Amino acid sequence: MIPAAFEYHRPDSISAALAILQDHGDDARVLAGGHSLIPMMKLRMADIPHLVDLQDVADLRGISVQDGTVSIGAMTTQAELIASADIAKAAPILHEAALQIADPQVRYMGTVGGNIANGDPGNDLPGLMQCLDATFTLAGPDGSRDVAAREFYEAAYMTAREDDEILTRVSFAGTDAGYAYEKQKRKIGDYATAAAAVLLKKDGDKVSSASVAMTNLSDVPVFSKAAGAALVGTACDADAVKAAVAAMLDDIDPNEDNRGPVAFKRHVAGVILGRAIARAWSRS
Amino acid sequence: MKDEVTRDERVANLKGMGCARKRVEDARFTQGKGNYIDDINLPGMLHGDFVRSPYAHARVKSINIDAAMALPGVVAVLTAKDLEPLSLHWMPTLAGDKQMVLADGKVLFQGQEVAFVVAKDRYIAADAVELVEVEYEELPVIVDPFKSLQSDVVLREDLEPGADGAHGPRKHPNHIFLWEVGDKSATEAVLDEADVVAEEMVYYHRTHPCPLEPCGSVASMDKVNGKLTLYGTFQAPHVVRTVASLLSGIEEHNIRVVSPDIGGGFGNKVGVYPGYVCSIVASIVTGVPVKWIEDRMDNLMSTAFARDYHMHGKISATKEGKITGLWCHTTADHGAFDACADPTKYPAGFMSICTGSYDIPVAYLGVDGVYTNKAPGGVAYRCSFRVTEAAYFIERMIEVLAIELNMDAAELRRINFIKKEQFPYNSALGWEYDSGDYHTAWDKALEAVDYKGLRAEQTERLEAFKRGETRKLMGIGLTFFTEIVGAGPVKNCDILGMGMFDSCEIRIHPTGSAIARLGTISQGQGHATTFAQILASEIGIPADSITIEEGDTDTAPYGLGTYGSRSTPVAGAATALAGRKIRAKAQMIAAYLLEVHDDDVEFDVDRFVVKGAPERFKTMKEIAYASYNQAIPGVEPGLEAVSYYDPPNMTYPFGAYICVMDVDVDTGTADIRQFYALDDCGTRINPMVIEGQVHGGLTEALAIAMGQEIAYDEMGNHKTSTLMDFFIPTAWETPHYTTDHTVTPSPHHPIGAKGVGESPNVGGVPAFSNAVHDAFRPFGLRQSHMPHDHWRIWKIANGLGLHD
Repeated sequence: MIPAAFEYHRPDSISAALAILQDHGDDARVLAGGHSLIPMMKLRMADIPHLVDLQDVADLRGISVQDGTVSIGAMTTQAELIASADIAKAAPILHEAALQIADPQVRYMGTVGGNIANGDPGNDLPGLMQCLDATFTLAGPDGSRDVAAREFYEAAYMTAREDDEILTRVSFAGTDAGYAYEKQKRKIGDYATAAAAVLLKKDGDKVSSASVAMTNLSDVPVFSKAAGAALVGTACDADAVKAAVAAMLDDIDPNEDNRGPVAFKRHVAGVILGRAIARAWSRS
Repeated sequence: MKDEVTRDERVANLKGMGCARKRVEDARFTQGKGNYIDDINLPGMLHGDFVRSPYAHARVKSINIDAAMALPGVVAVLTAKDLEPLSLHWMPTLAGDKQMVLADGKVLFQGQEVAFVVAKDRYIAADAVELVEVEYEELPVIVDPFKSLQSDVVLREDLEPGADGAHGPRKHPNHIFLWEVGDKSATEAVLDEADVVAEEMVYYHRTHPCPLEPCGSVASMDKVNGKLTLYGTFQAPHVVRTVASLLSGIEEHNIRVVSPDIGGGFGNKVGVYPGYVCSIVASIVTGVPVKWIEDRMDNLMSTAFARDYHMHGKISATKEGKITGLWCHTTADHGAFDACADPTKYPAGFMSICTGSYDIPVAYLGVDGVYTNKAPGGVAYRCSFRVTEAAYFIERMIEVLAIELNMDAAELRRINFIKKEQFPYNSALGWEYDSGDYHTAWDKALEAVDYKGLRAEQTERLEAFKRGETRKLMGIGLTFFTEIVGAGPVKNCDILGMGMFDSCEIRIHPTGSAIARLGTISQGQGHATTFAQILASEIGIPADSITIEEGDTDTAPYGLGTYGSRSTPVAGAATALAGRKIRAKAQMIAAYLLEVHDDDVEFDVDRFVVKGAPERFKTMKEIAYASYNQAIPGVEPGLEAVSYYDPPNMTYPFGAYICVMDVDVDTGTADIRQFYALDDCGTRINPMVIEGQVHGGLTEALAIAMGQEIAYDEMGNHKTSTLMDFFIPTAWETPHYTTDHTVTPSPHHPIGAKGVGESPNVGGVPAFSNAVHDAFRPFGLRQSHMPHDHWRIWKIANGLGLHD
């Protein structure tokens, strides 16, 4: 568990960080909280000759809510998310989910941007961002561009981000929808066996809008448009939940691992989604 | 002389036995001031790291070290060829087998040590490991011990196929031993004629002690003086010195072995590992100190695992539930080398304690040891030599028998317990249980948890489940266990020929404080706290004025070390007896000073008083001073004693554990609502330390029962080599434990103590597991193998049709 030698860079601005990426191309990677990248380097599964630590880049920090839009700097830690009264008010689902990421020690280091940009299907925030229909802002040599969270993930560890780009911010519309982030894991600190993010809005007795995303049940986070559609217009009764679960199961593609075989994961995914819908509905 | 202090205050001042004295070790551990193996840094020290096999079974065609040697900072790369001239390319195991130090022509498990790189720093060593080019030719892999005994693939080509092993004939090239105890034909005759026979295959999966601190060593060969100093994570430093001497040819007085602070052992640090040998050889070759520290993956993949016992059982009883016989055949998967750490005559350890707490008239145990392409070992993980396996086996068989008899499992236990008046009790498999009062303990436990109330609640829950009102089932896990610890009588128990006695040497200083050195070594047990308490009560010097020292073979008396809950039963006894020698001499000195006959003074807490005249006394402090400055006729100056203790018997701690659990049939998650643990470890030295031991042992039991495993795929790839997949509970997963006790002293131990460190692991695992099984009993579950992680519990529910 000893990494290969690497150069350590610590720029203090986005432009300086981008310049280092430009200089070293594939040989450079940015470091946020380090809880995914450092273990990979220690296992020598990732060989990073140039490590670009972003912790001194002030522009990457901070949470703001303006005109109903929530904007979170990429280097915001999960602990800061949890402590933020703005987040608890504008996106309580994010508060609830952040409390289920890893453990308190990891959350003091782990960042929103790292969790999102690494492309690890086990991370919680990618699915959550898809559920919230967030937008990711990427800074590159030719300026900034926005990519929808629902378009960002291509395969495990493969995203729409180019090697010379840095994820700087995520933003999304604050929501008062009923919410739930339901996660089953083997132990504290583990990735999800299955997790579901659900946002539901109510109009009268009926579901007026629904958003459903699943975590660690495919090589990318799964935004299940069909599961949401199955709920809209219903009273969120047992049949509707059953239809939503069935739709979700068509969208996921879990692998067998030490958490269990595929049949188990599919079954648990259904149970977890059912519970998330029930909790979100009770809050809507 | 003025004496305003009351007798009770004098007793309290000693902080002797029975006192919840705070652990003296904790001041340094909680401030980061411990001194662990990786804290030892010597001038000019080099660092070693292993090239390890990626394959579970392969021939090593060639090893090219040129590129590695070319890396600046690399000093040496050792292979088996370099060790062969010293006859150190193989080493003996504690189980009578031998083990490759570095791959000699082939590799037999993934992670096996192939070459040892020595470099100027740890980072260069790791880089050089990647540069060593090894050409392998893959061979067929065997991970299943049953298939191994049918296979044409010979794993151990170094062994003569037809030749006997260390424990008798081998019936197949991949067979290690067959060990049999008891009366097979009589047992089978009883089974044939019994009213009821329950039969089951009980598998206790492979797991790993995984101490917080992994293994390591620092070897320093002083070529001028010819002295080797070896620091390391050794649970038995004196035995390591003897083994090092026998292997290296260095005379034993020229070897000093030091166990510094050890961050948990749990059996993992009993054996001798290739890293220790390679650090010694590398220091001899380079002439400077060499450090080897394994990382977590090295530890989980290559150092000693535990369990992996397939236990086929049959238990017979009358219609009324009186057990008449027990039969067990175990297939023991030892991996590539038999590296168990058991007393020599017991290749399956004390597995023959498998009749448990029950009066079983006839029994048979057979154990077949088998080689597979897995890491070597079979150590006692917080356990006295396979007692955990035995306790799990009998406590599962009792549950299965209860199902067969349609009986309450608590009642079945009660009617079969060995009765108080039957002790000392001779078991069908040859052990003499020293003392016990099982019925009292059991009744106390059942009452404490309101057993009847729990069963009523369980019935209500089941009805609610059947009505579709809940998806959770309630399980009540019962266990009554009997341990066998404190190895052991030298006539029965030895490690590599060294009898399993232990020792204590005491020096009283002139001002009345003391140092005591023991042959054991604490790895977190708190010896510096508790042994001082034993001495305080025995010699009347406050525990706070007594230093306890262990682990340096140049200063401590020879002992067999700490494992198998043997420290208090053996070294604790030596401590008490050495203390009594001190007291006997102190009595003579006191009598001289008080000008009375030796028999006219008696010991009273911290002094000797003249019988019938309590105002005339000499304190131990005064006596200590006198021993150094008075010329006492017929008495040598000074106040010292040493005792080597060979116990007449093992001790037999026991306990009653009850676990209450809610199991979610849909997700397979289990919520432990309640855990009650009653332990009887005989005389209690420090209740707080006992409670800490019980909490720790139960938490390791929780881990093992509910998720912890060493798993391999069919290619012999290790699937659980990081703490992401190898379950170590945190405070989050750990339930609240309620502890309780009864006290049944050991009749043969000087202070009646029995040992407790391992009891909670021995009894905890079946308690957790039985709770899972009990939840599903109404639906027909008889046996489902551990670990009971989410998907395996889900699989039980799925198999019983609870998802339909």
